[in-house]
Amino acid sequence: MAYIPHTEEDVRAMLEAIGAADLEALFDEIPPELKIDALRGVPPALSEMEVGRLMLDRADRDGRPLNFIGAGAYEHHIPAPVWAITTRGEIYSAYTPYQAEASQGTLQSIYEYQTMMASLTGMEVSNASLYDGASALAEACLMAVRANRRSKSSRILVPRSVNPTYRRCTEAIAGAQGLMLVDLPYDPRTGCAVLDALRAHEGEDITAVVLQQPNFFGQLEDVDAVTDWAHAQGAHVIAVVNPMSLALLRPPGEWGAGGVDIACGEGQPLGVPLSSGGPYFGFLTTRMEHVRQMPGRIVGRTVDLDGRSGFTLTLQAREQHIRRGKATSNICTNQGLLMTAATIYMALLGPAGLERVAGACIARTAELVDALTRIAGLRRAFDGPRFHEAVIQLDRPVQPVLAALAAQGIVGGLDLGRDYPELGNAMLVCATETRTSQDIERYASALAGILGRAAAA
Amino acid sequence: MSNVPGDLRYTKSHEWVRTLPDGSVEIGVTDHAQAALGDLVFVEVPETGREVAAGTAFAVVESVKAASDVYSPLGGEVLAGNDALAAQPELVNQDPYGQGWIARLKPASAAHVEALLDASQYAEHLASEA
Repeated sequence: MAYIPHTEEDVRAMLEAIGAADLEALFDEIPPELKIDALRGVPPALSEMEVGRLMLDRADRDGRPLNFIGAGAYEHHIPAPVWAITTRGEIYSAYTPYQAEASQGTLQSIYEYQTMMASLTGMEVSNASLYDGASALAEACLMAVRANRRSKSSRILVPRSVNPTYRRCTEAIAGAQGLMLVDLPYDPRTGCAVLDALRAHEGEDITAVVLQQPNFFGQLEDVDAVTDWAHAQGAHVIAVVNPMSLALLRPPGEWGAGGVDIACGEGQPLGVPLSSGGPYFGFLTTRMEHVRQMPGRIVGRTVDLDGRSGFTLTLQAREQHIRRGKATSNICTNQGLLMTAATIYMALLGPAGLERVAGACIARTAELVDALTRIAGLRRAFDGPRFHEAVIQLDRPVQPVLAALAAQGIVGGLDLGRDYPELGNAMLVCATETRTSQDIERYASALAGILGRAAAA
Repeated sequence: MSNVPGDLRYTKSHEWVRTLPDGSVEIGVTDHAQAALGDLVFVEVPETGREVAAGTAFAVVESVKAASDVYSPLGGEVLAGNDALAAQPELVNQDPYGQGWIARLKPASAAHVEALLDASQYAEHLASEA
């Protein structure tokens, strides 16, 4: 669609028609003290060439390290067709279009995405995507408060085994709206939510329980026990899941006797590159009974006057342009581009392909953990089943070791010292299908060398 | 001209109130309101046992073109919501003063019912809004 700015004559004609002297007159209800005449602290404009150079220089600072960090964003192989198709002019768009129904192809791709996400999570309905995994959890918590009408407390139990960034983001967004997030401890042996700590809240008014699977440490939670306990308390269950893991793990729609109420998470593993931290996309799925409390856009399939199949934005009475301040969310767009890439990625791989990728991730991580824990002084922090991440404890501070690895072009893991000081010298490592045996060997020998040298010094 | 039964009480926000023999009240939206909203596709009724104050939004009616709050004309305790509306929201359009009722309430004070608009006052209000 062409962008055609107004000419000066256009602007004059419009001002004349409405009887305004100049553009400034349109904004005269804004008190002068709120207006600024210039953007202070913003440097002068750069040319396209200068910006191009600046961005390349910055991108080069990342280098091309051998990466062993996951922690919410995962390096997967993205088949070339994914972005070749996503960036075609016909579908290259950042969000749901205005006059959405005029873009039937875009709506159909969103509809296919929703169908795939609902199927992957085992839920009945998906929205058209949200900003990222962390804000998707915040939206899920706000949604649970609206959907669980029996609960008056707005209290949500969140185990510390849920991604700490997600917990901080949810606190920032939902905490400001009166939600109370209650931390639950994790078991120091398994790294999973402590069921007895949950049971300590028995009989209280709890709006929802959040559970991440696989959890932030990569460990597998007892999702059935937590789901059934929460439902017995009248609490809703919010699942935070890695979509890649759902090719192998039981989907949240099948947790416990009744399945969860809301599933959400980060969609980045499905065909979106790491690209220095974003943009990514969040997903959110639920059961039909809660659909009116769902945030974000939803595309539905319908028939036109001649009975032909077509697509339309549906259930819009939830949204800001109709419900104003009482809308379910301030989000009235989606991450169109990333969602499109994910749809193409899932379509290309299919269920069997996703399963192979997920299986390879588990195998690579097992190999990585074996290689690392064969080094004296290193051990796995938690027992029990896991997906494609593990917490490794060192016999000395993590940061200098990671710095020495970085000097050799290896991103060795995420230092857990800030968020989990009680774990001591611990780091979170990950190996996806993109890490070869040679990569793992290179990491292990570099680490052994660093620890050996440090020990000798 | 919309139907305004003489035996009911009304609010300016287009709710009606019927006093039942046991002193509880039945609440719905008026014929005028359902016509203005258009075909309803969803009604969210208040949950039983909820304490509401007069004037608080306690239900939502959603039509193909808008979603609107329904305000409780009285303070009191919700005795029941009309669960039939979950499957048949169109009852509000078809029979706004009968099967389309939205909630039953135990009012905090019967005197408050008398303070609401009577049919002729509500009809006047409609005429003034037209």
